[in-house]
Amino acid sequence: MKQPAPRGEASTLLLAVLTGTVDSPGDALSLLESAVGAAVTRTPDILHDDDLQLALFCLYELHYSGIEGAGDDWEWNLRLLGVRQRIEVAFEARVRDEVVLGELPDATGEAVCAELFRMTAGDSGPSMSRFVARTATDDQLREFLVHRSISQLREADPHTWAIPRLAGRAKAALVEIQADEYGNGLLARMHSSLFARTMRELGMDDTYGAYLDAAPAITLASNNLMSLFGLNRRLRGAIVGHLAAYEMTSSQPNRLYSRGFTRLGYGEAATGYFDEHVEADAVHEQIAGRDMAGGLVESDPHLLADVLFGAAAALAVDSIMTERIMAAWEDGRSSLLPSEAMAP
Amino acid sequence: MSADLRNEERDPAPGRPLNSGAAAPVSVVACPDGPLLVRGDFVLVGADGEELPRTRRTVALCRCGASALKPYCDGSHKFTGFRSDV
Ligand code: FES
Repeated sequence: MKQPAPRGEASTLLLAVLTGTVDSPGDALSLLESAVGAAVTRTPDILHDDDLQLALFCLYELHYSGIEGAGDDWEWNLRLLGVRQRIEVAFEARVRDEVVLGELPDATGEAVCAELFRMTAGDSGPSMSRFVARTATDDQLREFLVHRSISQLREADPHTWAIPRLAGRAKAALVEIQADEYGNGLLARMHSSLFARTMRELGMDDTYGAYLDAAPAITLASNNLMSLFGLNRRLRGAIVGHLAAYEMTSSQPNRLYSRGFTRLGYGEAATGYFDEHVEADAVHEQIAGRDMAGGLVESDPHLLADVLFGAAAALAVDSIMTERIMAAWEDGRSSLLPSEAMAP
Repeated sequence: MSADLRNEERDPAPGRPLNSGAAAPVSVVACPDGPLLVRGDFVLVGADGEELPRTRRTVALCRCGASALKPYCDGSHKFTGFRSDV
């Protein structure tokens, strides 16, 4: 991924360390550690903290595509892992504060599946998909694609971390879903390829991370949540719940997104991504609820609360993100950060 | 701006059955209040015997009647209050 523009002291120091533009990496790391330590105590809300969310995003990116100019050795640098953990602890605590779990269901596949469907049916807050279907302008479609591009150009990757951490029925189910996400061996059907095609159809750059500088903290937070759950084995229940929640809230919104792009005159090349998700996720949500999440809880009942937490966290963070975007659009503002990436 | 697929993204065998070959016993899961989930080595044909378009190994067949993608489920059963006995 190309180097993003820093958004404050922590991300400035981090990018300087990663790209070797400091005289003494040891001193810069010490400065980074204290800057991050201060920032996590000082931040009014880490979900909207651009500096910390970008720093965390970059630290996670070392495990995905890497960052241009950053040596690959930084991935397992102990001091950077320490910095990452400081941000993660504050981030996870904030997300846990946001989430209220009801009474836990029985630890059976059917009960877990039913509870996940119940949680994901209660869709509160403004609906971005209805707005896109009926009202969004061409510019707003592009903004929508920018927000989504941060995850969709590497769609499925954060949940793939969970594969070696599961076994048996839950693993078979996760792999079945992921194989479909990755196109069952057909590159053209890989969901990230379909999304890239949509972006190109709207004249946008489909390079991974091309619009990162325009993505506000909460959009990064939504992505960081998946990496937090995916990269920490102790949170394997949460990453499974997260994927189940995503699959269960996908079919109908994607139908509406598709309608919005059609309304503004775009053809199948643009809507193909969304149309594919209507059908795919109606399959995935069943596999995810019953076999993946349900299967995991049946084999390891003490993960029940984590699975439901992961689902609730996905819904909570994304609904904050949606509220932000919709509030900007209702005021006639852009929901993005000012960035050269969006210059016409 | 052309949104055509790049060469390496072209589907080498459009519409080919994804589950042919290996012995994959068919199973049908009746999802409560939802579709029939069909896995394994099966062919889905219309009344004329022609194979229906299918792009994935495992499919969800609508049994509530509300899907706009029939015979496949599109999640509509969740909004119509469909209740199954099984
Ligand atoms: S069973 Fe899902 S739409 Fe009919």
